[in-house]
Amino acid sequence: MFEILGITSQALFGQLLIGLINGAFYAMLSLGLAVIFGMLNIINFTHGALYMIGAFVAWMLLNYLGVGYWWALVLSPIATGTLGVLIERFMLSRLRDLDHLYGLLLTFGLALIFEGLFRQKFGSSGLPYRPPAELTGGTNLGFMFLPNYRAWVISFSLVVCLGTWYAIEHTRLGSYLRAATENPALVQAFGINVSRMITLTYGFGVGLAALAGVLAAPIYQVNPLMGSNIIIVVFAVVVIGGMGSILGSIITGFALGVAEGLTKVFYPEASSTVIFVIMAIVLLIRPTGLFGRST
Amino acid sequence: MSAQPVSHSVSSPASGGSSLLPFVVLAVCLIIGPSLIYPVFLMKALCFAMFACAFNILLGFTGLLSFGHAAFLGMASYSSAHAAKVWGLTPELAIAFGTLVAMALGTVIGMLTIRSRGIYFANITLAFAQMVFFFCLQAKFTGGEDGIQSVPRGSLFGLISLKSDMAMYVFVAVVFFITFLMIYRIIHSPFGQVLRAVRENEARAISLGYKVEQYKLAAFILSATLTGLAGSIKALVFQLASLTDVTWQMSGEVVLMTLLGGVGTIFGPAVGAFVIVSMENYLAELGSWVLVVQGAIFVLCVMTFRRGIVGTASYYWHKRQQG
Amino acid sequence: MTLIKKLAVATAFMTAMAAPAFAQYSGPPIKLGVLSDMSGLYADLSGPGSVIAAKLAIEDFGAAAKGMKVDVIGGDHQNKADVGASIARQWYDQDGVDVILDVPNSAVALAVSDITKEKNKIFLNSGAATSDLTGPKCTPNTIHWAYDTWMLANGTGKALVKQGGDSWFFLTADYAFGYALERDTMEVVKKEGGKVVGNVRVPLNNQDFSSFLLQAQASKAKVIGLANAGGESTSSLKGAAEFGITQAGQKLAGLLVDVNDVHGLGLQVAQGLTFTDAWYWDLNDDTRKFAARFSALNGGKYPGKIHAGVYSSVIHYLKAVEAVKSKADGAAVVKKMKELPTDDTVFGKGEVRQDGRKTHPVYLVEVKKPSESKKPWDYYKILTTIPANEAFRPLKDGNCPLVN
Repeated sequence: MFEILGITSQALFGQLLIGLINGAFYAMLSLGLAVIFGMLNIINFTHGALYMIGAFVAWMLLNYLGVGYWWALVLSPIATGTLGVLIERFMLSRLRDLDHLYGLLLTFGLALIFEGLFRQKFGSSGLPYRPPAELTGGTNLGFMFLPNYRAWVISFSLVVCLGTWYAIEHTRLGSYLRAATENPALVQAFGINVSRMITLTYGFGVGLAALAGVLAAPIYQVNPLMGSNIIIVVFAVVVIGGMGSILGSIITGFALGVAEGLTKVFYPEASSTVIFVIMAIVLLIRPTGLFGRST
Repeated sequence: MSAQPVSHSVSSPASGGSSLLPFVVLAVCLIIGPSLIYPVFLMKALCFAMFACAFNILLGFTGLLSFGHAAFLGMASYSSAHAAKVWGLTPELAIAFGTLVAMALGTVIGMLTIRSRGIYFANITLAFAQMVFFFCLQAKFTGGEDGIQSVPRGSLFGLISLKSDMAMYVFVAVVFFITFLMIYRIIHSPFGQVLRAVRENEARAISLGYKVEQYKLAAFILSATLTGLAGSIKALVFQLASLTDVTWQMSGEVVLMTLLGGVGTIFGPAVGAFVIVSMENYLAELGSWVLVVQGAIFVLCVMTFRRGIVGTASYYWHKRQQG
Repeated sequence: MTLIKKLAVATAFMTAMAAPAFAQYSGPPIKLGVLSDMSGLYADLSGPGSVIAAKLAIEDFGAAAKGMKVDVIGGDHQNKADVGASIARQWYDQDGVDVILDVPNSAVALAVSDITKEKNKIFLNSGAATSDLTGPKCTPNTIHWAYDTWMLANGTGKALVKQGGDSWFFLTADYAFGYALERDTMEVVKKEGGKVVGNVRVPLNNQDFSSFLLQAQASKAKVIGLANAGGESTSSLKGAAEFGITQAGQKLAGLLVDVNDVHGLGLQVAQGLTFTDAWYWDLNDDTRKFAARFSALNGGKYPGKIHAGVYSSVIHYLKAVEAVKSKADGAAVVKKMKELPTDDTVFGKGEVRQDGRKTHPVYLVEVKKPSESKKPWDYYKILTTIPANEAFRPLKDGNCPLVN
C-alpha cells in the first residue's frame, strides 16, 4: 500500500468511495434541477425542500401507515411529484413571461414555507429511518467496510441518472421536450400540448428530488433542515456543470462528491466550501459552466 | 430585474416642498421612536433598514440581484467588533474600519463578478459569499460558532459614552438619517440616472457611449460599503458579531425586505426592513412559523404584489392624483 | 421533669425561636426564564423538559403556600449565540426576568453569563458543558449545575485508559463546547499515560459522519472519543455501528451522553457504551418519584441530568431568595446560594463552591444489553460512584478570578 501526504491508500480509497456516494445524491438532485432549468428555464430553489419532503413522505409512510422502504421508493416520488405539478400549474406558470429571477424568488419563498411547516411539526433534530432489512450489514472490501445500503445507493442512482439522460437525449418524448424549449409556438402548432408537457416535466424533476430524499432517509436522518443544507451545493453543481446540460450535471455531481471527499481527508474544515471555490473558478473561466450553453 | 413597473415612483418627488415631507416625517419618527418602542429593537430595525437601502442601490436601481451581500455585512461586523474589542478603538474608528473592510471586499468581489449577468451573477455572488462564510468559520479571530462576544461600545470620539442604549440609539439614528439622505442624493444624481438607464436597457446605455461595466462596479462597491456600515454599527449595538451575519439565509433576508418594501423605491427597503424585523420579533415565540410567514410574503410579493408596500402605495397615490 | 422531657421541651423551645428567622419573602413576583434549544440538537436533553422541571421545582418549594409568586417562561436560542444573547438582553431589560436557567450550548452560555454579570442578574446553568464557566470565565452571578467537561473527561477518560484504551482519536464538535471537552479529555488521557493520535473538527449540524469515522478508523487508535453531544453523538454512534467500527475492535467513548440519547439510539446500538453521567432517574425512591411525575408531563420521556439540574437549581435559588428577602441584587443572592448547603430530593445533599461550581457525586455507567433491561428506561448499570470531592476539577486548578 502506498502513502500520499501521510494518508494511506486504504484511507484514501475509503474516502473516495464515501465521496462517490455523496456525489450520487448531488448528481440525482442536480439532475432534477438541470431538467427543470434546461427544459423549462425555471430556477427551482424549492428543490431542496422537495427532497426533504420526499424523505418525510417515506418516513410518514413507514410510521403512520406501516408502508416500507421499497414501496416508498415508488410512492414518495409520485406523491411529491404531484405536489410539484400543483406548484407549476397554479404558481410557476403565471411567471413564465417574466424575468427568470421572479421564479427564483417564488421558489425560494416556497422553500421557506415548506421548511417552516415541517420544522414546526417535527422539530429540527432529525428522525431516524432504518434501512430495509435486505440492505443491512455490509461487505469488507479490504480497504474499508462498505455497508450494503451505501452500495445500493450508488448503483441505483447511476441507473436513474443514466436512464433519465438517455430518455431525454435519445427518445422521441425527450426530443419533443427539447424542441418545446427551443420553440414552444412551433411545437404547439404540431398539436402537442406544450403547457401540459412543461407541467409534467416539472413534476418529473420534483419526483427525482423526492427519490433522492427516500434514498437519503436511512443515511442522513430525516430532518426538515436537510433541504436547505444541500440546496446551495446542488445549485453550485448545476452551475458548474452548465445550466442546460443534463450530462454535465450528472458528471459534475459525482466529480464534486469525490472532490469533497478528498478535501475531507486533507483539509476537512474546507470540505463544505471547496465546491464554491470550484464554482467561482469555473464561472470566471467559462461563464456558462463546463458543458453549458449560453442562454 | 427587467420586468419593473415601478420606475415612476422614483422620479416623482421632482421638486418643491412635497419632496421634503417624507424626510420630515422620518426625522420625527426617529425622534419619538424610543419613547414608544424598546430602543435596542429600534436600533436593530435601523441597521437592517440601512442594509436593505444599500442593497437596493444594486437591485432596485441597477437591476442586479446579488445573493451574497451577507458577506459584506458579516465581514464588516467581525472587523469592527475586533477593532473595538481587541485593538480598543473608539466606536467611530471601529465602524470606519469595518466599513473600509467591506469596501475592499466589495471591490475585489465586484471586479470578479460584474461581468456576469442575471442568474449567473446571483450564483457567483453566492459562491463568493460562501467562501467568506468559510473564512469566518475558520479564522481564529472570528471565534467560529462562538462569535466575537463582549464587544465594548466605548466612547464616541473618546468623549461621549455609548454604553447606555439611549446614547447608542441617538448615534445610530443620526448615522441612519445621514446615510439615507446620501442614498437619496446619489439616486437622483446624474450617476443614479445612468444606473437606472443600465437597469432599463443595458444595450442602449452601451450604445449611448456609457462605460456600463464601470458604472455597475461603482454601484456594487457603493452598495457593499454602505452594507458594511450597517454591519459595523450592528456589531456595536449588540456587542456581538456572529456567523448568522454571513449566512446565505441572511443574503436571502435582505432580498425579502427589499422586495416587500418595494424594489426601486427610496423608502421601500426601510419599510420592508421594519416589517420583517418586527415580524421576527413578535412571532419569535411561534418558532418556525416565522419561516412560513416569510416564505408566504415572498410568494405573495412575487405573484401579486410585485411593487411592494411603498411601490403599491405610491402607484395608487399617483393614480388618484391623475384621475 | 425527666431528662428526656427537659430535652424535648428545650428542643421545642429552640425550634420555636428559630422559626421566625426564616421569615417569608414578600417582595415583587419572581420571574424565571428557561433559555434552551427547543427544537434542535439538544431539544430532548433539555428543551421543553427543562420548563417542566422548573415548574415542578416551584411547586415542590411550596411557593404558592408561602405567598411567593414565581413565574417561568421559555425561550428558544436555536443554538445561536446572537439569538440567545438577544433574548437574554430583552428578558433582563424589558420582561423583568430575574434568573436565566439551563442554556445548553456553551457558546450561548458564555454570552449569557457576560450579559448576566453586566445586568447583575443570575444565571444558573444546567445545560452547557464548558468548564470555563467556573474557570477563567467565572463570574459572581453564575452558578454551574449538573455537569461540566472536566467532570466528564475525568470520569470517562480515566476509566477507559485504565481499561487499556491508551491511544485516542477525537471527533470534536467545532465550537466552544467541543474544544473544552477535547482539551479536558486530552489532558486526562496524557496524565494517565495514554497518547492522542489525532483529531478532526466536525461542523455543527453535520449530517453524515461516515468520512470522519473512516479517518478515526484509519488512525488505528484504540479509543475514538466523541467530543460532541445530543443529536451529533447519536449520529456518530449510529454511523459507527453502520460501518462496523466496534466489530473491528475500536472502542467508542461517548464523552457526553444523556439518558435521552440512549433512548433515541436503542439498547441494541448503545449496549456496552461506557460513560460518566451526573444523575440517573433510578438511583433511589426520591429520584424515581420525580421521574414518574416528570414523565407524566413530558409525554412519557424520562428526565436526564439537565432536567434534574434545572429542578435542583430552582429549589436552591428560591431558598436563597427567601433567606436574603430580596431578589434585586443578583450577586448577593448568588453569594447566599454559595453559603447555604444544597439539599433537594433530586440530587440530595451538596454544596456550591466559591467558583460557582455545584458539586455532587457522579456515576460511571455502562449501557445495559437489551436482555438486561427489565422496565421502561432501565438503561444504565452503575459501575462506580465518584464522590463529590473527586468528581470536579479542584478549586485551585481552575484559574477562576473569584478564587483567592
